[in-house]
Amino acid sequence: MSAPLQSLDDALTLITDGCLLVVPREVSGVPMAATRALIRRGVKRLHLVALPTSSLQADLLIGAGCVETLETSAVSLGEFGPAPRFTAAITSGAIKMKDATCPALHAALQAAEKGVPFMPLRGLIGSDVLAYRDDWKVIDSPFGNSDPIVLLPAIRPDVALIHAPMADRFGNIWIGRQRELATMAHAAVRAVATVEKIHDGNLLDDPVLAAGTLPGFYVESIAVAERGAWPLGLPDHYGVDAEHLAEYARMAATAEGFAEYLERYVYERRAA
Amino acid sequence: MNAAPREFRSEELLADVIARLIGDVRHVAVGNASPIPATAALLARERGHGRPYVSLLQSRKHNFFTDGARELFDCAGQGRIDVFFLSGGQIDGQGNVNLVSTGDYAHPKVRFPGSFGSAYLYYVVPKVILFRVEHSRRTLVPQVDFISAPGTSSPEVYRPGGPIALVTNRCLFSFAAGRFTLASVHPGHTVAEVIEHTGFEFERPETVPETPAPSPKTLKLLRETVAPQLAEVYPQFAAQVFGISVPSPERGRVRVGVAWRY
Repeated sequence: MSAPLQSLDDALTLITDGCLLVVPREVSGVPMAATRALIRRGVKRLHLVALPTSSLQADLLIGAGCVETLETSAVSLGEFGPAPRFTAAITSGAIKMKDATCPALHAALQAAEKGVPFMPLRGLIGSDVLAYRDDWKVIDSPFGNSDPIVLLPAIRPDVALIHAPMADRFGNIWIGRQRELATMAHAAVRAVATVEKIHDGNLLDDPVLAAGTLPGFYVESIAVAERGAWPLGLPDHYGVDAEHLAEYARMAATAEGFAEYLERYVYERRAA
Repeated sequence: MNAAPREFRSEELLADVIARLIGDVRHVAVGNASPIPATAALLARERGHGRPYVSLLQSRKHNFFTDGARELFDCAGQGRIDVFFLSGGQIDGQGNVNLVSTGDYAHPKVRFPGSFGSAYLYYVVPKVILFRVEHSRRTLVPQVDFISAPGTSSPEVYRPGGPIALVTNRCLFSFAAGRFTLASVHPGHTVAEVIEHTGFEFERPETVPETPAPSPKTLKLLRETVAPQLAEVYPQFAAQVFGISVPSPERGRVRVGVAWRY
């Protein structure tokens, strides 16, 4: 009954070529060690949903040729500038982009969480975000009087991939305040997690910890990856590695530099 | 107009301008990459002795949300956020903002990060303050190439919110009835210069006032009280503008935003 603790590579076998994969925003606990493992394995044709934005994770996966379709609201490296591989892939047409807006992605995942086919959302009408999304529809609210509103189809990912501070041996994962990680796991068919460490005992036994716990019921596999969000930060645990991100921004500015980055930090296994 | 002797930095002037625009409200939220709006929101909170609530989305300290990233948007949808800030790679004279790309969407010339929450928050937050430091004909254009969020909507569209102003490094525009009006020109800048560097048409009164300089009291609040709080989220900005160094345990704890580049 308990979610099996596995090696990183084994835990990731659920993420297959062509899979609809949802990943969290850049400050919520991004599974970067797992991302590097996926690139080493050479996963292909991902339909990547970043809830609702992404930074290094999406840029790396795109640059490494793992992504066919990207659905998100924004990709950038924040203070380190534009996400260079994302920008290059969009301008060259190498990936299919489904531009969204943050609450639309939250709402579409919430629809899947509830098992309903769509979710209505305010805003959007008159924007080009809506104009370029032929999968989104505008209806007149059945409860209103000439009240147009947008409907978004549910996003039901094949896999949600998250990184969190700790898990117990029963497969429960402590996510704390990062509740969007729970939304992702609820919405997806399966959830895969990496964690900093294993907690002795059952997280659900402690009412304080239980409130921030994603039950193992939703979790298919777990691997321990210490500093698994590096070089991004893990809230309340460690910060971003600013020097490394600056180095990435410099190297990834060209295709050659990016290839060298992959060689140095992804293909060559690091202790970090 | 002569450049007055500067006893303040332009960031301090802009924060003061934005704090006045915020006015007396209950809740101000600040999104990604917005150090000057964040400064202004914290300044407004200091002046209001704790009112408004300020939510800096990338902060652990100045952010009370506990129900995940969606809570901000749900809050806004209910009308529980009074003020928000948006920028854009392009902003046009109708108040449309473009955070996606220039040229043809399918084959863009320049790609920006993306629309973030603009295509929703612009509609539901009553006072949206547009903010773009670079005031030039490439940023302030007659017509945006991609509408991330429109400045106005037709009457049947649910829209309690929208733009009230645009703040740049040269001036303040107010926005009403689908048009910008030049409200004031910052010290050291001129109306002629604003006209020269603005790509869209705008209204202006006979006499355009100068933006008031921040008072000594405001500067003291900014430098002594606001700046240390800002350093948690924007350490580089706090260091550059206010000379605040960040205590090492806080350093790098959260991502730092930066203005648009292209």
